[in-house]
Amino acid sequence: MNFTINVWRQNGPKEKGGIATYKVSNISDDMSFLEMIDVLNEQLIIQDIDPVVFDHDCREGICGMCSMFINGEAHGPGRGVTTCQLHMREFKDGDTITIEPFRAKAFPVIKDLMVDRGSFDRIIQAGGYVSVNTSGNLPDANATPIEKQDADAAFDSATCIGCGACVATCKNASAMLFTSAKVSQLSLLPQGKIEASERVMNMVKQMDLEGFGNCTNTGACEVECPKGISIENIARMNREYLSASITSK
Amino acid sequence: MSKLNANIPEGSLAEKWTNHKSKIPLVSPANKRQIDVIVVGTGLAGSSAAASLAELGYNVKAFCFQDSPRRAHSIAAQGGINAAKNYQNDGDSTFRLFYDTIKGGDYRSREANVHRLAEVSASIIDQCVAQGVPFAREYGGLLDNRSFGGVQVSRTFYAKGQTGQQLLLGAYSALSRQVAKGRVELLSRHEMVELVVVDGKARGIIARNLVTGELERHSAHAVLLCTGGYGNVFYLSTNAMGSNVTAAWKAHRKGAYMANPCFTQIHPTCIPVSGDSQSKLTLMSESLRNDGRIWVPKKAEDALAIREGKLKPTDLSEENRDYYLERRYPAFGNLVPRDVASRAAKERCDAGYGVNKTGEAVYLDFSSAIERFGSEAAHVKGIKNPSEDQIKKLGERIVESKYGNLFQMYEKITAQNPYQTPMMIYPAVHYTMGGIWVDYNLMTTVPGLFALGEANFSDHGANRLGASALMQGLADGYFVAPYTVGTYLSQDITTGQISTESTEFDEAEATARNRMEGFLNSKGNTPVEAFHRDLGKIMWSQCGMARNEEGLKKAIADIRILRDKFYSDVKVLGKIGEMNPELDKAGRVADFLELGELMCMDALAREESCGGHFREEFQSKEGEAVRKDDEFAFVAAWEFAESDPGKSKLHKEELSFENVELNTRSYK
Repeated sequence: MNFTINVWRQNGPKEKGGIATYKVSNISDDMSFLEMIDVLNEQLIIQDIDPVVFDHDCREGICGMCSMFINGEAHGPGRGVTTCQLHMREFKDGDTITIEPFRAKAFPVIKDLMVDRGSFDRIIQAGGYVSVNTSGNLPDANATPIEKQDADAAFDSATCIGCGACVATCKNASAMLFTSAKVSQLSLLPQGKIEASERVMNMVKQMDLEGFGNCTNTGACEVECPKGISIENIARMNREYLSASITSK
Repeated sequence: MSKLNANIPEGSLAEKWTNHKSKIPLVSPANKRQIDVIVVGTGLAGSSAAASLAELGYNVKAFCFQDSPRRAHSIAAQGGINAAKNYQNDGDSTFRLFYDTIKGGDYRSREANVHRLAEVSASIIDQCVAQGVPFAREYGGLLDNRSFGGVQVSRTFYAKGQTGQQLLLGAYSALSRQVAKGRVELLSRHEMVELVVVDGKARGIIARNLVTGELERHSAHAVLLCTGGYGNVFYLSTNAMGSNVTAAWKAHRKGAYMANPCFTQIHPTCIPVSGDSQSKLTLMSESLRNDGRIWVPKKAEDALAIREGKLKPTDLSEENRDYYLERRYPAFGNLVPRDVASRAAKERCDAGYGVNKTGEAVYLDFSSAIERFGSEAAHVKGIKNPSEDQIKKLGERIVESKYGNLFQMYEKITAQNPYQTPMMIYPAVHYTMGGIWVDYNLMTTVPGLFALGEANFSDHGANRLGASALMQGLADGYFVAPYTVGTYLSQDITTGQISTESTEFDEAEATARNRMEGFLNSKGNTPVEAFHRDLGKIMWSQCGMARNEEGLKKAIADIRILRDKFYSDVKVLGKIGEMNPELDKAGRVADFLELGELMCMDALAREESCGGHFREEFQSKEGEAVRKDDEFAFVAAWEFAESDPGKSKLHKEELSFENVELNTRSYK
């Protein structure tokens, strides 16, 4: 297969970027999208052109590092996949493919397709944890039974990989799906309930400080989320937030 | 040899750790505030160690090359984590977990370390639950368990097929809490490129800021390497693209011995290689072997017809299929340990029975399971004389509930529906049991330098059991290092801050800079990736699932030629002082090119077959591994010498087994 690749090139956060166009050929349909970029990069190096910088690591859809906006969609066509799980058989021979970084004020471009998602780390640092020390001198793991339904729901929220597709997709560049997934996971479990009020207030505050927008219930985030995190989480977070703001001491 | 003292505490096996903990010197809270610790890597071992040491009061700097600590490759572990909780009342105990691990490792690990691992395993589960890790539960609200290969109890805790993710996010949350408190300084997108040794002690690192390209100096009273395994020396593996040996190798070059580097785990159930541009391999969890049956065609002509696309696997009748694991190992069948299952697949494919285009794949078939589950479900539902179609539908639903996410993952990668046609699988490099030599305190041969998790060699011997890697990473980080690193640091309470303005830091930085300039100035014609690919081919063919003297000698010669070619012909664009992923990659591949040689030397020196290390010269008539305990019951610890991996010196740590009897592993 042969493709024309339009890719965003930008040298640094403060520099002006633009689209560059390259051709790649002899791409097999079994290749993953990132393997196609590998081929492009080897080709560019031989031509003395700086290779395209992009984030990637596990290449099996779990680390959340890859982050490409392909033909106007976070992680490209297909549902429930990250960029690294996208295969070239999803495209037609001769297609022109446009690749941009995940764009948001709180995700500044570092170089080319690589963005800085440190804002996500700071939201977790604001309260995305249970305040227990790691001594191991804790109650037995089976001391507090947890209803299976709650444990399963907490797990579903906890499967967020922090890739930022929700932010890149949202017209408001909102991080509410990401933030609410962590708020939900911990507020559903007895271990997390104790600090639930403080947690939701602090995490939402940090989210706003970072410059993420607000949720207007469009639901695009849920559609593009590679892990199928539901917007029910946002509803739960709103509920937690409301109750925390009324009862906060 | 004199240096290799494992420092195992006195006393009976079960009392060693307790006694040791009660006698170690402590550091007062006021003094801890004056002591700095560097943790390199933020996987399970690194995140848990950084969080725990910060909680204790030390000043911690945590480094990772990814953009966030949450992305370390522990995140990709699927199956579960072992712990001797005995919640199932099926006869599990600390001793049994210890025994299974020693036996599974083919009697090449250290008794005292493994017993400690088993002792602290139960606390890990308590810790994780308290942190909000959503483990799978039963309807009664209690934790669920499942079984893994090589054991007869159900001691594996899990969170669907994403246990590693959930445990890492737990450790990451503990780490984030300390970052918020200002107790940990987080340096993401940083890679350790040199170790700094001052007066014989590890006192800091040189790290490259991967965004600005700057070489930074960081000093500390102790350095912890939690940098994972080196499976990417094979180019294709289940590791992440960035997983590398550089930090460990730099430490090795500065005096840390590498132990049993040839012990690598080849996982039997991975998605086969599809083409030349493939960048990584994807694991299909071991849990699939609970219900999937592995087979190849009985007749070579059928295999050929399948490879040529003239025959479909579903066309072959039962009598024309060879369920070779069930045939060779009737007692354990499809659930033999990983090393045994991998070798058996290779044997069939080498003999010409492989089933994909490349001839390197076998079938993992769920049709029997679908039929069995379907009939059961029909019975439960009271359906009399169910049709084949009904049975299939009911059975598929049950298989989906057990393995749905794995089936979906398989379909995404291969575009084949595993409910309709058997999966194709082949072994792939997955884990490295070898690693940096450490004593009982997890300290390397460089005082003040520690190695935790997959980066060290200590607990899994020659073969790791499923669901034990997560256990070891968290045990080392949460419950071992906080004690043993403290013991070492108790000597440092009056040292004061370590200056980065010293000749040792100058030299280390210059070494790192010169290396990088060397790559940039080589002005060759070949991109880094090509060398890595070639190295992988050498390693996989000569130092993979089966090894022999001739092949290993050839591999050593080939690697040396490839390494020379790399330095004269590598092409890296750009500069040091800027973001330059190709330059980072060149540094990693250069280290793999040295490690590969050492692995082959180690495999050559170990003239026996044990665990993942299979020397073709040492096998029984039936093709089973033959271990030689009289000569090789030792840890091979290699010292780097004369700037040349080929001149490495071998030191031996004799392994003494006082609590288990050395037996031949049999799964027949």
